[in-house]
Amino acid sequence: MDLTLSPSEEEFRDEVRTWLQENHPGPEPEAGLDEVMAFRRDWQRRLHEAGWAGISWPKEYGGRGATMIEQAIFAAEATRQEAPAPANVLGLAMGGPVVIAHGSEEQKARYLEPILTGEEIWCQGFSEPESGSDLASLKTRAVRDGDEWVVTGQKVWTTFAQYAKWCMLVARTDPDAPKHQGLTYFLMDMEQDAVQTRPLVQITGEGEFNEVFFEEARVPDANVVGGVGNGWAVAITTLMNERAGLAFGAISQIQNSLARLSKLAKETPANSGTAADDPYFRQRIAQLHIEVETMRLNAYRGLTKTMQSGIPGPEGSLGKWQWADINQDLTELALEIEGAYSTLARGSEHAVAGGAWQYSFLRSRANSIEGGTTDILKNIIAERVLGLPRLR
Amino acid sequence: MYFDLTDEQQAIKSTAHDFLNARFKSERIREIAASESGFDESGWKEMAELGWAGLALPEEWGGQGLGTVDLAVLFEEMGYVCAPSPLLSNTVVGLALAAGGSDEQKERWLRPLAEGELRGTPALIDAGHPVEIGRFAMAAESDGEGFVLNGEKTLVMDAASADFFLVATSDGHRHIVESGAGGVSVSPEESIDPTRRLSSVRFEGVRPEATLPGAGEDYIPVFLRACVALAAESTGLAQRALEMSVAYAKDRQQFGRPIGAYQAVSHRCAQMLLETENSRSAVYGAAWAADAEPESLPLAAAMAKAYASDAGWRVPDAAIQVHGGIGFTWEHDLHFFLKRGRANAASLGDAKWHREHVADAVLAGETAPARS
Repeated sequence: MDLTLSPSEEEFRDEVRTWLQENHPGPEPEAGLDEVMAFRRDWQRRLHEAGWAGISWPKEYGGRGATMIEQAIFAAEATRQEAPAPANVLGLAMGGPVVIAHGSEEQKARYLEPILTGEEIWCQGFSEPESGSDLASLKTRAVRDGDEWVVTGQKVWTTFAQYAKWCMLVARTDPDAPKHQGLTYFLMDMEQDAVQTRPLVQITGEGEFNEVFFEEARVPDANVVGGVGNGWAVAITTLMNERAGLAFGAISQIQNSLARLSKLAKETPANSGTAADDPYFRQRIAQLHIEVETMRLNAYRGLTKTMQSGIPGPEGSLGKWQWADINQDLTELALEIEGAYSTLARGSEHAVAGGAWQYSFLRSRANSIEGGTTDILKNIIAERVLGLPRLR
Repeated sequence: MYFDLTDEQQAIKSTAHDFLNARFKSERIREIAASESGFDESGWKEMAELGWAGLALPEEWGGQGLGTVDLAVLFEEMGYVCAPSPLLSNTVVGLALAAGGSDEQKERWLRPLAEGELRGTPALIDAGHPVEIGRFAMAAESDGEGFVLNGEKTLVMDAASADFFLVATSDGHRHIVESGAGGVSVSPEESIDPTRRLSSVRFEGVRPEATLPGAGEDYIPVFLRACVALAAESTGLAQRALEMSVAYAKDRQQFGRPIGAYQAVSHRCAQMLLETENSRSAVYGAAWAADAEPESLPLAAAMAKAYASDAGWRVPDAAIQVHGGIGFTWEHDLHFFLKRGRANAASLGDAKWHREHVADAVLAGETAPARS
């Protein structure tokens, strides 16, 4: 057992740390999403030029071939320094790995480079209005027409669809097959009139995600990934990558939030001192710290296990569940500490911390929904980790 | 970076697992729990032969010289069977002798203790006084010829089977008092946990056999290791309660299905897994710190004990709910796990006490603070 970094891992961390310190572009602009995306595209270009985009990808595909520990170190360090997200998060974390795992040589040659540079943004067309957690019930149809497919249907919760060139689209190609078998994974060109996106306004007032409508949209047969009828297996790879990539960045993000929460407690007058002297708040802050630490240590244990077995296990679901719980608790506690002022949001003269916690409180409501709901994660844990019988 | 047991530690784990599961079956635990002394002489002898009495004690004084991770491995397995054994109290006394004793005292007391021939238990908490970790009311009075102890210690573990007590006094010193010495009287208390006996011990004009030179802060690392061992034991309790629940939920049928197919039950089990795994991570993180990064031990041990204090009884509590009526019967074993977990939660500082230390560190912006 050794919870320290090896000399070469330390060297890697120092390299990451120094590069980020020297190249950090500062905080994201407090402006509309268009400006933020332009900022993130610039940032991704710099990351790519320095070889930090797609660090988990094999070198032959333009990545860095980093070990899992190096990926964890990079994610933790980038978040610790509050580096901006790259513009093409979904392409880097899901699209690229799927093309590498299931794509043809032609597809690899065509798609990977623009994902890394951020030139082409990717989005994920999985969920539908009638198919959320029960993804395999999705209804969007793709019908073959010569060497093309004609796609009709609707996707929803499609993050950054308004900026995307490519959509990772799962559509039903065989309506007569059992529901998991009739699906195919396509790369759909979003730049055509038959594809329309409409932003959905979230409870925060922002619009990160969209509804996407396909009205006889065209996708060439060459854009099928992993073969016709294999869409479910390919989609699962995407989701596994999403979860594996999240953990270490997420932990650093919570550590940052917890540091801000401690600062808030120390600056908020309560009784004759500050909220940081209040035994109730102290207990809650301590418990949050303990939860973050157990999540971090669980992630290390999971990483050790994954390095031994080669594949991330379903235990990753524990981390995602825990992350959502902690993030929500943390923002709830911040509002409790702010007390009566906690109703004042961004734009109010007397809002505490510029209304940042009001935003975080609202945004974190989605944490137990996005990327697999906590309720579904508990099912996965019960069935695949504990071996309990399935209800269905 | 490698967060898993070594091959040697895996071997300790499987030896301990096999031995303890064979030795402490339900019927045997019930016999010991119902017995007069609560002490299992033959089980102790076998543990001593396996070298467990001195597992984490120095080799030069008869111990195995292994680390806190190994100790945690052993105590997790002890918890897994809810073993009735003085191993914990004995280990704590051994660590204290190693930390604060003179060479002569180590030869006289630590060596036989590490070899399993003598048993000791700490006598820390003063009856009738508020419990404050590290502070003691009993005075070490001097009559010119040496120290004399007067007062009553309570919540003393395994007193009936102890050959000597390690008695803490207000000057921060620890004194060795043989259990058969004049002026010493032991009265058993009724603990909620029948598998770990608690007693009160009166000292009336008792002259200790020896007084350890070490004092006060010398015993902090001992306390922190004891917290890790106890937290490991609670993790084992939780693991067993989880396994019992999962097995039952697969087997028990209601409304034509195994109850584990219902999300009210399966999600409860998932929660139990989360708490058990968190507890285990916190425990081994702290155990590793004890061996390899002592400056981060105070915070790590506080986190482990705080978390495992809660999980150690909440998981068995949830297990009782999964089992329904049968889980509430004396006949089912779960109550032993709940009771031990609840007793562990209150021992060596409860979750609230440890969280207060964590809050100190977090709010001071320290990642690895030394506890004053």
